[in-house]
Amino acid sequence: MRFTPAVRIGLSIALATGLYGISFGALAVASGFTVLQTALLSLLMFTGGSQFAFIGVVGAGGTGAAAFGASSLLGVRNAVYGAQINRLLRPRRWWRPLAAQLTIDESAATAASQQDPAEQRRGFWVAGLGVYLLWNLFTLVGALLGDAMGDPRRWGLDGAAVAAFLGLLWPRLRSREPVAIAVACALVTVLALPWLPPGVPILLAAAVAAIWGWFGRGPAEEGLEPDVAPRSGGEAPR
Amino acid sequence: MSLWGWLLLGCGVAWATKFAGYLVPVRWLESPRMNRVAGTLTIGLLASLTAMNAVSSGQGIALDARLGALLVAAVALALRLPFLAVVVLGAAAAALIRLF
Repeated sequence: MRFTPAVRIGLSIALATGLYGISFGALAVASGFTVLQTALLSLLMFTGGSQFAFIGVVGAGGTGAAAFGASSLLGVRNAVYGAQINRLLRPRRWWRPLAAQLTIDESAATAASQQDPAEQRRGFWVAGLGVYLLWNLFTLVGALLGDAMGDPRRWGLDGAAVAAFLGLLWPRLRSREPVAIAVACALVTVLALPWLPPGVPILLAAAVAAIWGWFGRGPAEEGLEPDVAPRSGGEAPR
Repeated sequence: MSLWGWLLLGCGVAWATKFAGYLVPVRWLESPRMNRVAGTLTIGLLASLTAMNAVSSGQGIALDARLGALLVAAVALALRLPFLAVVVLGAAAAALIRLF
């Protein structure tokens, strides 16, 4: 394979993103998941935000149903990426199920950062497959490490979960409106926490955010930034 | 349904959501309104998850070492440190605050 710009970007994104699979693996085990469940989440669900949501809700005492709701709603943006990739790459019919599994923030952003169709294709597959391999490898490393560490609170792993969610949110706060949405939804959550069963306040915040988006007038791309932005040379991301 | 059931169902829905993007007419999902809802939903859910993990305690609120982790993580992100460093610093902050 030639090291074209798209391949280089895809590989660097795969490494940066894959590495934080360690934190997912460790946090999942700390939240009470077995190593097998943790590994399956990365292998099958394979969309970081939803995976963190699933374990985050269960770790905070929520039910499986609430975890399912939060993680499924957080995955909705992947449908938008799927439509983008389908339009850019026009994959053959039998490649689509596989391309769908690799459709995440990072692969979609790498493809979209390129102008040439061949480069878009390389960017998508290199980033998608690269993140898939490394994310799963490092998830397993993190899960085994977390298993060996014992009491998660002693190591501050509940603090790590807070930091991880803020880290996923941060790149999406590029202008005033996303910040306003984030503050409103955080406030709704905190105010609802004492009154509703664990996990349900998140769904309330999701409803607020969806209504805001439906009736709002902000730019259409807000919130769809990748966790690790692809950069080629000194260019701005995207 | 058991946690296992919800976990596997969640995995199935995650894939089906991605695949749906490849099946529905392009104009349907690429409308500005759908894009906007997908974006605000992502921001709102991540903000809510951050808040819940920072202060929730069963069905209630507890203000503890996790707020220190939140503050340290924000500073680390403002300094443009990589994700993994942010997570490690968040854990270190919570662990250190508990020591004292």
